[in-house]
Amino acid sequence: MNILAAPHTAATEEVAGRSLWQDALARLARNRAAVVSLAVLAVIALLALLAPWISPHPFDDVFWDDIRTAPDFAKAHWFGTDANGRDLFARTLYGGRVSLLVGVAATAVSLLIGVTYGAIAGYFGGRIDSIMMRLVDVLYSLPFLFFVILLMVFFGRHIVLIFVAIGAVEWLTMARIVRGQTLSIKRREFIEAAVAGGVSTAKIIRRHIIPNSIGPVIVYVTLTIPQVILIESFLSFLGLGVQEPYTSWGVLIADGAAEMETAPWMLVFPAIFLAATLFCFNFIGDGLRDALDPKDR
Amino acid sequence: MWRYSLGRLAGAIPTLFVVMTVAFFMMRLAPGGPFDRERMLTPEVEANIRKAYNLDEPLVVQYGIYLSKLLRGDLGPSFKYQDYTVVELIGNGFPVSFRIGITAIVLALTVGGAFGTLAALRQNSLIDHAVMAIAMIGITVPNFVMAPLMTLIIGVYLRLLPAGGYGGGNLRNLILPTIALALPQVAYLARLTRASMIEVLRSNYIRTARAKGLPGRLVVGRHALRAALLPVVSYLGPATASIITGSVVIETIFGIPGIGRYFVQGALNRDYTLVMGVVLFYGSLIIVLNLLVDLAYGLLDPKIRYD
Repeated sequence: MNILAAPHTAATEEVAGRSLWQDALARLARNRAAVVSLAVLAVIALLALLAPWISPHPFDDVFWDDIRTAPDFAKAHWFGTDANGRDLFARTLYGGRVSLLVGVAATAVSLLIGVTYGAIAGYFGGRIDSIMMRLVDVLYSLPFLFFVILLMVFFGRHIVLIFVAIGAVEWLTMARIVRGQTLSIKRREFIEAAVAGGVSTAKIIRRHIIPNSIGPVIVYVTLTIPQVILIESFLSFLGLGVQEPYTSWGVLIADGAAEMETAPWMLVFPAIFLAATLFCFNFIGDGLRDALDPKDR
Repeated sequence: MWRYSLGRLAGAIPTLFVVMTVAFFMMRLAPGGPFDRERMLTPEVEANIRKAYNLDEPLVVQYGIYLSKLLRGDLGPSFKYQDYTVVELIGNGFPVSFRIGITAIVLALTVGGAFGTLAALRQNSLIDHAVMAIAMIGITVPNFVMAPLMTLIIGVYLRLLPAGGYGGGNLRNLILPTIALALPQVAYLARLTRASMIEVLRSNYIRTARAKGLPGRLVVGRHALRAALLPVVSYLGPATASIITGSVVIETIFGIPGIGRYFVQGALNRDYTLVMGVVLFYGSLIIVLNLLVDLAYGLLDPKIRYD
């Protein structure tokens, strides 16, 4: 009897070893668009990260003999130069650093605020919940642009403040998602068990509520990053973003749009990088959503 | 329904009040003032100007003055556009923004809705992939890239339409800005419609409708579309508010005298009253449109009733 039972238990253990996350990852790996997007995004991120070593020119050197020249391989101006004679390839990569940094950092800020806020509102419920969510509704009806502009005006145009400002605006939807998740999680037995076991409220939220609501949050994060990058470019386009000599894709696009007729490469290259990045993030977000959706198994 | 609507609007007054208060104090706490110029004014002149606009009073008193005027429908004079009141500026600019915005929304809803439905009905077909790829481009190419490109190609190279300017509301001048404004919305709405349509088409009552032999176009048109439009409608509420109040980018690129640019210019110029005016206007629009969204829900979904 014992001899027969042993291999049987071994087999069940093997099957039980696959977690929800492994499952989701396997599904994501089968999604071709998402995998290609991940690869492209990795290349863009590496290019931006390693810009000082990859680019043949510094990003703020002025080439007096090559002002507004078209892509020129002999002089290693692969993307041409801008109206001030600076190498556009270097500037596009350095702009990517700023755009990606703002995207990730602002999303992190919004994640921090939104998740904490949503989890607290959802977990306590009742009057606290309705006051907290009412505040979110009020903030929703403020023109956010005005908010960001005021914050920029208020604190000066510093790059750290750009992402704090954008993050401070972007957390609203995150808070709603986490609150919704929390409402359903807090009725589950393991929360009841934790409460009965005398675990403190802060710890329940930190150890049980937040980790269990992470699925939809991750999907939303991958969709927030491109949104933030877009907002930063938009602010830069209006002249409220990063300041010279630093640059971002939005600044480059704004400069390029002004010189579109005489120097189209100034618009085309940064626009391609921006669009490709946004494309990839959106595909990855869609892929993750499909992978984590329990209905589509 | 009327009772419900009135209740909702009354309930929105505290919200508006909070919005107003937050905006008022944020604006005033920002450094700089409306009369900071390159050239210094003599102290007497500056004191007189500040007095004329009540800027010499303590902040709380100014808030009280603003509030009491607001209750009488007076948004005050603009600080930057002298000789104009804020009500006049919004009154002149809003019809322009509204005309372009509402056309863009209708365009986006028809085109986006149609493409989204088409893609959902032929899920995973070539049409589906093509529609979704185009929609992705619409979302990822920002309109400050799209608009100059359109101007360059259609306005400058092909000379089919004027490249910019309002032309006194001439229809030919409005085509490009309207399309530029509608494009990202078309993309969003197509994606949204497709997703909810796929969800609805899987539901039991659609299977029942098909089983009793209803022709496909009736199943989709009469049964599926209504339910599939619910998320679209809730997206449309806030989207419409932000689009009919004008887009800074589109209005700047095409030189259109709408109210979208006031949001940015007003804040940069510290035009306190103008910014307050557009913020309140926008806030009220959001509230009204969200109410319309909820009423539309009642029409689309028989399970919801407001009595």
